[in-house]
Amino acid sequence: MQSLILTTATRLLVALLLVFSVYALLRGHNLPGGGFIGGLIGATAFILYAIAASVDEARAALLVDPSNIAVAGLGAAAIGGLASVLAGKPFLTGLWLFLGASEGGKGLPLSTVLIFDTGVYLAVFGGILTLVFALEEET
Amino acid sequence: MAGDYPKVERVMGGPAGWVSILFPAILFTYFLNLLPEVVEGPVTAGFDWVPALGVQMSVLLDGLSMMFALLITGIGTAVTLYSCHYLGDHPHYPRFVCYLLMFMVGMLGLVLANDLIALFVFWEVTTISSYLLIGFNADQASSRRSALQALLVTGAGGLILLAGLIVLGSIAGTFRISEILTQGDMIRAHPAYGAILILFLAGAFTKSAQVPFHFWLPNAMAAPTPVSAYLHSATMVKAGVFLMARMNPVLGGTDAWFWILILFGGVTAVFASVMSMRQTDIKQVLAYTTLMALGTLTMFIGAGTHYAIMAGMLFLLVHSLYKAALFLMIGIVDHSTGTRDATVLRGLSKAMPLTGIAAALAALSMAGIPPLLGFVGKEYMYKAGMDLPGLGAIWVTLMTFAASALMFAAGGIVAWRPFRGELAETPHHAHEGSWPMLAGPLVLGALSLIFGLFPGIPGHFLIGPATNAVEGAVHEVHLHLWGGINMALFLSILTFIAGWLLYRNHEGIRARLAAFEARSPIDFDAGWDRLLDGFKDFAGWLTGIVQNGNLQRYLAVTFTTFAVLVGGTYLVRGAFEVGPRLIQLGAHPVQWSVLLLMIAGSFLVVSTTSRMTAVAGLGVVSVGVAMVFIMFSAPDVAITQLLVEVLIIVLVTLVMLRLPYLPPRSELHFRFGHAIIATSVGAVVTLVLIAMLSGPFDRKLTDYFEQTAYPEAHGRNIVNVILVDFRALDTFGEITVVAIAAIGALALLRGIKTRNTGNQNGSEEA
Repeated sequence: MQSLILTTATRLLVALLLVFSVYALLRGHNLPGGGFIGGLIGATAFILYAIAASVDEARAALLVDPSNIAVAGLGAAAIGGLASVLAGKPFLTGLWLFLGASEGGKGLPLSTVLIFDTGVYLAVFGGILTLVFALEEET
Repeated sequence: MAGDYPKVERVMGGPAGWVSILFPAILFTYFLNLLPEVVEGPVTAGFDWVPALGVQMSVLLDGLSMMFALLITGIGTAVTLYSCHYLGDHPHYPRFVCYLLMFMVGMLGLVLANDLIALFVFWEVTTISSYLLIGFNADQASSRRSALQALLVTGAGGLILLAGLIVLGSIAGTFRISEILTQGDMIRAHPAYGAILILFLAGAFTKSAQVPFHFWLPNAMAAPTPVSAYLHSATMVKAGVFLMARMNPVLGGTDAWFWILILFGGVTAVFASVMSMRQTDIKQVLAYTTLMALGTLTMFIGAGTHYAIMAGMLFLLVHSLYKAALFLMIGIVDHSTGTRDATVLRGLSKAMPLTGIAAALAALSMAGIPPLLGFVGKEYMYKAGMDLPGLGAIWVTLMTFAASALMFAAGGIVAWRPFRGELAETPHHAHEGSWPMLAGPLVLGALSLIFGLFPGIPGHFLIGPATNAVEGAVHEVHLHLWGGINMALFLSILTFIAGWLLYRNHEGIRARLAAFEARSPIDFDAGWDRLLDGFKDFAGWLTGIVQNGNLQRYLAVTFTTFAVLVGGTYLVRGAFEVGPRLIQLGAHPVQWSVLLLMIAGSFLVVSTTSRMTAVAGLGVVSVGVAMVFIMFSAPDVAITQLLVEVLIIVLVTLVMLRLPYLPPRSELHFRFGHAIIATSVGAVVTLVLIAMLSGPFDRKLTDYFEQTAYPEAHGRNIVNVILVDFRALDTFGEITVVAIAAIGALALLRGIKTRNTGNQNGSEEA
């Protein structure tokens, strides 16, 4: 079933949803959002695309197999957690670096927590897409 | 076996061979160097292993562990040297070496451990490596069965032992063995002593194959011969004996200990030596004589007097020396002639003179003939037996006598008769073994002779310190070959006569035993199979009820279990209290309208006959829940709830495309059952929530998160800070589940897909 409205809207929405999912991931530490929510939004974008176009096109747009993304996410989370072990602290302790920190502000915060949260994002994103694509292809 | 594979040329088994020989050899030298120090007193050392649980990786090297360590590394060297020729051309030889070294490390750790938990871990390492080694010829069903049987019996015993270790450790207040050993009086008087004793002995008896747990050991002979020589006679099966000896200062000395050990040990010893007469496979004969030795050791440790412990330790050394030599000898004979049948083998000493010498030395020691160490051992066993008080003396002496006489006969069957007379026809032409295979048996046989001629040497360096360690006391030990003309010597002579008579008539005895065995209703091995079959049938029956492949049944079982267990627990504990907080529910009109919306959605779900409507109804409930989250200022949870709801719609829609239409109206009684389950789950959850809210709210965690989220974790969104920092390990576990679930579902769906296409292909062909 091809719906012109859906296909046209999807072109805009997919891009918006993807940008928004990354935005949710990055703001998550201070405002509503985070890796889990971001991953869900990102997955929704591709599911929409798969419904509007086809699973094959969605897969082609994704470039990488979603199950690989899920496993890569697990790996990223593990690396984010292990970084603190190398620094001699317990597994999953957050390590922080504040770029350009001054008296007033904390500057640009970079942390292993962000790596971990990105891992969560990818694991949720990849996991859900694996499941949905498999279901859609099976029917 | 080995011949079935393509031959791979390896000199001495290649690098795996050299490593496997050097490893125990270097350790043996190391322990030998420590020997003078240990004779003076125990050595301890260690470091923290799991500090959070107080588990230490510490080492206790006293006379007992020293004797075991020397046996493990010494016989280990002989066995690895032997294996590189026996199995060197086997394609899986490196794997074999790996298992063998793993076992060696486990066994050394077990005897050296100064911590109960560490001891248990190594105990299990020996169990697992034994499983791998028995099942080494994994292409044979009998090997796999024997391996599994050994694993299950000794593994179950190990778990029981773990319970005993934990009880003992918690009573003593420490897991340090050296500290527990000093608290014997307190532990023996403790009410839990009986429980500890039973738990420990269950572990020791299964590992050391005491009747009625003995049946796995003869089956374990499915392993390659070096393994039988090493694990199932000289070392691993003695782990149970080691445990009893190690715990003797703590658990020993009571009437219960005395009688349990001497009864089980005595019965095992005599039963096993009678059964050894029944066998025709000489490896099986040896397997049963090993059981006899384990029974004897148990009996003497149980007897507990100074003489008895000394006799036990001496017999341990005697047995390890001759039994390892005999097993290795059998391996040479098997390798060379292609058979192990006692009724076939004859006159081998002409073709294999060196093997014959090694076999003769070992067998003479086994039969207890002077001047070999076996004679000294038997004399001390008789002395110790007659020294015991009351009935114990009669029992132990009688059992020792019967077992020793049968041992004499078994020694003749295994290592005398096959080498005498005219050379008989065998599947292969008999020829002498190579030097790596002969070195072990010859050296071990020679040691039996040297130690027998000069018993003072093992007495001073090994038996004395070991006896002191087991007794927890200090005595000077002097061993003599010639103890004078006394009762023990008289009994020895009587043993020889009885043994010789048994040996002369062993073929008749074997026939009678075989006939008796055929009539006997008791068969432990078959009983084991019935036990396992029973387990399987029970599991199959239960699975058929609970998991019959019908999703409705799964959900019904899950939710009923939940309602009954949680609701029942709350009822029994009287936790359903309706407190003052409930009154606060009379809240804002907006909240009420959301609530009504959710109730309406639920009614829609249960009353509709269309799946699409039901999904929409669930969506209404879900949106209501999200609104509740927002009202209580949890936007993260609300967003997640909405997003998940979207996904559920997508997934359900995809699944629904493949589902059959609902029947116009389900049967009434069927829905009635579901209504009861659904209502009770809802009621239980509501009551639990009310009960939780009725209690005072503990703000400890909330305050902690609120105060530390920004200063320490640099985040203002507490929910996310908890997810990625405070409770990051939980999150890590959850995303692992997400990934694994997705991949699992993918595999399942692909499975369905290939099956369907497979069927289509099939129908097209048809």
